[in-house]
Amino acid sequence: MSTIRGRIIIIALLLLGSVWKLLPTHVTQRVPDQLTGRMKDTSVRRVPINLGLDLQGGIHLALEVDQSKGPVADCADAILRAERVVRTRVDEFGTTEPVVQVVGQCRLVVELAGEKDPTRAKQIVMQTAFLEFRITDMKNQFRDALPAIDAALRQAGVKAPAGAPVSAVSQLFGQDTTKKGAAKDTTPDANAPGALSALLFQGQLPGEFLVPEEQVARAESLLARPEVQGTLPRGLELRWGTASEVRNARAYRALYAVENRAIITGEELTKASARRDQLNNHSVVVFDLSRRGSRKFCEETGRHVHDYMAIILDSRVQGQPPIINDQICGTGQIDLQSKPLTEAQDLALVLRAGALPAPLQIVEERTIGPSLGQDSIHDGIRAGVVGVVLVILIMVIYYRLSGVLAVSALSLYVLMTLAGLSMFGFTLTLPGLAGLVLSVGIAVDANVLIFERIREELQHGKTVRLAVDEGFKHAMSAIIDSNVSTALTAFILYLVGTGPVQGFAITLIIGIAASMVTAIFVVRTFYFIWLRRRPDMQTLSV
Amino acid sequence: MIRLFANANYDFIKWRRWAYGLTATIIIPGLILLAVKGLNYSIEFTGGTMLQVETKQAVSTGELRAALDRAGIQGADIETFGADTAYLIRARVGAAATTPSGGTEETATAVRQALTARFGSDTTQFRIVRTEAVGPKVGKELQGKAFLAIFFSFVVTLIYLAIRFEWRFGLAAVLATFHDILTTIAFIRYTNLEVSLVVVGAVLTMVGYSLNDTIIIFDRVRENLRKFRRQNLYEILNLSINETLPRSILTHGTTMAATLALVIFGGEVIRPFALVMTFAIFTGTFSSIYIAAPVLLYIEKRWPGQDARGARAFSGRAPVVNAPSVPPAPTPSGGGRSKAAV
Repeated sequence: MSTIRGRIIIIALLLLGSVWKLLPTHVTQRVPDQLTGRMKDTSVRRVPINLGLDLQGGIHLALEVDQSKGPVADCADAILRAERVVRTRVDEFGTTEPVVQVVGQCRLVVELAGEKDPTRAKQIVMQTAFLEFRITDMKNQFRDALPAIDAALRQAGVKAPAGAPVSAVSQLFGQDTTKKGAAKDTTPDANAPGALSALLFQGQLPGEFLVPEEQVARAESLLARPEVQGTLPRGLELRWGTASEVRNARAYRALYAVENRAIITGEELTKASARRDQLNNHSVVVFDLSRRGSRKFCEETGRHVHDYMAIILDSRVQGQPPIINDQICGTGQIDLQSKPLTEAQDLALVLRAGALPAPLQIVEERTIGPSLGQDSIHDGIRAGVVGVVLVILIMVIYYRLSGVLAVSALSLYVLMTLAGLSMFGFTLTLPGLAGLVLSVGIAVDANVLIFERIREELQHGKTVRLAVDEGFKHAMSAIIDSNVSTALTAFILYLVGTGPVQGFAITLIIGIAASMVTAIFVVRTFYFIWLRRRPDMQTLSV
Repeated sequence: MIRLFANANYDFIKWRRWAYGLTATIIIPGLILLAVKGLNYSIEFTGGTMLQVETKQAVSTGELRAALDRAGIQGADIETFGADTAYLIRARVGAAATTPSGGTEETATAVRQALTARFGSDTTQFRIVRTEAVGPKVGKELQGKAFLAIFFSFVVTLIYLAIRFEWRFGLAAVLATFHDILTTIAFIRYTNLEVSLVVVGAVLTMVGYSLNDTIIIFDRVRENLRKFRRQNLYEILNLSINETLPRSILTHGTTMAATLALVIFGGEVIRPFALVMTFAIFTGTFSSIYIAAPVLLYIEKRWPGQDARGARAFSGRAPVVNAPSVPPAPTPSGGGRSKAAV
């Protein structure tokens, strides 16, 4: 009888352990702080089962190093460094449990559960955030070189669009007409329009040009040509501005000629925060520099007083380059003009976290809205309840009291499977939920095998006690062989599958283990108790 | 006490050629259709973009298509998803549906913008509840992985059964499972189900389930081979199938209850999975009886030898009529019990 007591204690422990694992507990979650807008840790009371992205909504991104703009030699190393940067960013940007991990050699997987604004989250993850400060082309070297560039393009057979103005650089605002003549003089064939210069209009600042929005693509392709790259003045590079501005009812994009040497880069940043400028209501990002950075910044800005300084983020000039009125040290600010404050906050965040070692590109994206996740949980549970009720009805009607034993073991089975998911920190996905429902149907198989065997043994005229013993004994090999082979298939599914499919495989494996324990051990114990209370039982309700 | 098919004594094996014919009429047209039209792969495998859109008022696919055409996105697949307010918009890589730049990300953004232009940005009017954008490289990788998974599950099963039973049992079980994969692919082709990762998962689960069923019968065959040393394999196979029949009915019944509940109540996303699993119950049961057992008989004929555990050589020549322990119930199939092997 001590064996029975031992068995009951084990079952009670399993039951209590499962229930205890599933009780709502305090779980640390990151939530946005209403006051500061930053993320902070708080503890929330909830059932400790991780829900997959497909159940709670969220974003799954697989990223690789973007090799389209020049190959990256060591992508594995670049991804490792990118992982650190991205992790810092999403930790601060924060969703409940962000996943950032390197998969395979050169791929980074980012999962943000419960995120409602995918575009913004993608921006945070993807932005290279390489910040640099450069002085614009103060000596108008680029403009002076335009005729040479046009000539080079003409030699290469590029024609200016018909009807383009003859002048080298058209004056949009009618100022600064002196240079116009000078440019004309140096042009060998003054009457032919220049292919590139026909697209450019002189801007307000030295080194600033405006390109009509519809010509931007053409200008870009011209600038990428080797003839243009070869004739560009030494020490100069061209950078596009961020947004288009409308002048005289026409949209223009700014193009800046800037020095190819940066005064300082974002690496020297120590702090960055967003705020709203009270004077003009602009969103600004205020930053502090490291000691080394501020010494360098002081020195450089001191040398370039009254020059214009372009703030370049990921190769785009932010706003109009401001004039350096005085030496700037220690701190500075980036003016985002009328952009929303959230954008400034995001920029401050990525600047704090640092730049990515190389630009990333998305190779796979899945976004699931929270409402779809809710629907999935709802449908899954409804299907589960209907399925389980049907299984219970079949078992109880067909096997009567033995069926009741199997069904009560089945409830322990469901509890144990969920507790197993919680204990090992696995994630419950929608296919996993389907797998759980399916496994309830399959879980009774072991009991069916045993009960059928007991029936056979009884039919052969064995006593109840012997039939039960024999039934369990003979059904065992079939139960083990069939379950192990199913578990092996599920294990392969786990190894090879990704995301939701892995969740399904895990649920199936845990389910198989739990069903073997409940069907063999628990139901056996029920029979022990039953037979002990009724030792003289002649017929078995099976 | 309810007892279904207790003491059944059907001559299953006798009908094997009819069964081969039946399954061939399912598989062969399915495979021809497959060769002609291919499978309806999801964008996870082909690479591409998929958006699930829910609108407040019912709109027609034509309206959605017009909205996308205006944005220059041509040839996207648009279909309803359960209700006429839910739509799936798909653009596969390589199809004409992608934007000029061809990137899956750009296509997703373009579709989003096109829909915003049509419905306005008010999220009560329409919202995008699901977006998937998969680059062609990832799609190729996943395709490779899916085939790898099925292949490995075969190898591992073969090894496990070879250890637990004997190689001939393993081969018969794997052939039966292979048959199940063919019928399931034919089923997927007939119903034009979309082959997604989850459906591949269902096919693999089907492999596990069908093997499970085959093993239950083989386990009984193994036991009966030891018990009735004088009967030939033909009779032992029939006996074993008949003895496990009540279990098969019950287990398939409960599993069917679960999968049908998923088909009816589980929602659109999980329905393909549940449909494949429901079909799997039929094909798994069929193949355990009509493929695995006859194939075992055939293999034994070709390569006679010691059976599992060396219980005895099971190549009985002349069938023993009136075998001692066979339940003497009448055979409904006409008493063709004297036929020996294949």
